[in-house]
Amino acid sequence: MKRYSIMALFGDFDEAFEAIAEIRHAAIPGITTDDITLKSPIEHPEIEEVLGERPVHIQKFTLGGALFGLIFGFFFLASAQATFLVQPQGGKPVIPLPSNFVLVYEMLIFFGVWITFFSFLFLSGLFRKPHPLYSEKVSLDQIGVLLEVDEDKMQPLKELFNKHKAVEIREGVIHQ
Amino acid sequence: MSIVNEKDINEQIAWAKINADVLRSMANPRRAYWISVAMCLAMIACAVTAEVYQYTEGMGYANLNNPHMWDMYIATFVFWIGMSHSGTLLSAILHIIHADWRKPIYRFAEAMTTFSLMTAGFFPIIHLGRMWNMYWVLPYVSDRGHWPNFRSPLVWDAFAISTYLSASMLFLFVGMIPDLAICRDNAKGWQKKLYSVLSLGWTGTDRQWRNFRKTYMLMACFLIPLAVSVHSIVSSDFAMSIMPGWHVTTFPPYFVAGALYSGCAAIITLFVLLRYYFRFEEYMTKAIMEKTCKLTFAIAMVWTYLNLVEFASVWYGHDIYSKELLIAKAVGPYAWVFWSMIFCGSVLPFTLAFQSLRRNMPVMFVVSLFLNVGMFFERWMIVAPTLSMSHNPHQWDIMWGSIIEWAIVFGSFGWFGLLFLVFVKVFPSVSMYEVKEMVYHRRRHVVNDEAAEKFHRRASDSKTGTDEPGLEGA
Repeated sequence: MKRYSIMALFGDFDEAFEAIAEIRHAAIPGITTDDITLKSPIEHPEIEEVLGERPVHIQKFTLGGALFGLIFGFFFLASAQATFLVQPQGGKPVIPLPSNFVLVYEMLIFFGVWITFFSFLFLSGLFRKPHPLYSEKVSLDQIGVLLEVDEDKMQPLKELFNKHKAVEIREGVIHQ
Repeated sequence: MSIVNEKDINEQIAWAKINADVLRSMANPRRAYWISVAMCLAMIACAVTAEVYQYTEGMGYANLNNPHMWDMYIATFVFWIGMSHSGTLLSAILHIIHADWRKPIYRFAEAMTTFSLMTAGFFPIIHLGRMWNMYWVLPYVSDRGHWPNFRSPLVWDAFAISTYLSASMLFLFVGMIPDLAICRDNAKGWQKKLYSVLSLGWTGTDRQWRNFRKTYMLMACFLIPLAVSVHSIVSSDFAMSIMPGWHVTTFPPYFVAGALYSGCAAIITLFVLLRYYFRFEEYMTKAIMEKTCKLTFAIAMVWTYLNLVEFASVWYGHDIYSKELLIAKAVGPYAWVFWSMIFCGSVLPFTLAFQSLRRNMPVMFVVSLFLNVGMFFERWMIVAPTLSMSHNPHQWDIMWGSIIEWAIVFGSFGWFGLLFLVFVKVFPSVSMYEVKEMVYHRRRHVVNDEAAEKFHRRASDSKTGTDEPGLEGA
């Protein structure tokens, strides 16, 4: 059976929301909200009411990065300061905690921010070629609802989208 | 006179128009924009000439000598670091507290943060004289077997500023990704290639938005304590010494307040300029200007209070040297700078308390410039009097900046201005997706209010209502 991708463009978020809600309530057997990708010009956190909660894991990486900065920062500084034989400390502590606290604090933030950034790149599904059905209208003022479905689901989906006043429906064959 | 309660933004503005207006600004600024670019280039030329002269003839031409080993350069360094706090305030702090009026203006404030840090970074390098040795401050394993002195606040500066610069650049970049995708979708030629690379394949999927929001929030949470720590550490350059006038407990909050103050004043200046250059009257509205002015006024009062705390703690303290210095600041050779600082920093902000003045763009432009003049004087008054009148009377010496120093300081404004002007021409200076969000939520709020009103009306009337208008994109 042929497999298709289909994207409906809506001029109104509420209509897209209703269309997804109908899919969620098993309007078309065999299609669930897990198959749906929403594309929008702004963030619509309220879509999780119908798409279901989709977790974000970036904060775990952030915590890891910050802890790494804390631990690495301290040991980096301490190991440098431990070369006290070539750098006489004049009676002061070899590893001074108050000044190291300042530097470790900065390194905690440094690694926390960078790891957050890299985890964002990694977890957001960036660096991919735009989907063949991608429409520039999605970055302008329309909402896209994208699904990949079997051929027999196409007609009911189109009817559902038209019922919810889809402005445009795009489709393409993924594989024969 | 009647009080005008204008909206922050017209919630009926169409999304397509937001895209069109911002993209047009990148293609077609007013002539004043190009005049400003030319002025910035001329200012940079002054600074480069002065720096070449100083480099070849020696640091004496910058009036640097014992006891005046820093003066103008560190005052300017502190000034530019302070300016960088504007972006953190508008982007991070106001983002976390959900003040959505920041949305049309935070992008250029973030850019200011990055560019003022890049400007500030020049001054320690220029001051070194042997600028090729600047990298010695970085902690790395070298064949010299020596590490920087980690107890020195100057090394803390290197850590803090490099962290702040990289974090603020990332924050600026991440916040721009959805807008870069809009640019990509509308550009042609080399610009399309540039924006395609920079937008990282953003297509606005729900997964991307979820991760984007979380990332932006986490970065904002990091940036706020970072900004506070950066200027606290810069204040430690002074406060960790035992010099009169510098060994002050309140220096870190005083520096942070001063930084936020000068950053806010600079936001007002650039707000007026961008509004004019790019015809952004619909986005940089008078209502938003009013809010920015109120914020600046509040911070000005905090700064004034911290000044009074510093004066009082010295006056009632037992450090005779600090007290003598305080008196010398008020009546000595630097007195005109001191009183100008007080006037510009503490008296002039009262113009921000009047609505008719807050809504007057030319007046606010001039006022914001004078506020920053006051903040520059503040930095000068922190540095120069202490060096002029420290513990050893045989070292007492009044110093004013040389023409070389002034030329380099003057050029730093040109450098900052040029970076900023290039940025706002190449990248969207108003965040399109955030303005759309602002418009969307406000429109929804209005529609909900109307619906509630209709509902109450229906409760007492049997007539049915009509269909609600769509919300997306108007």
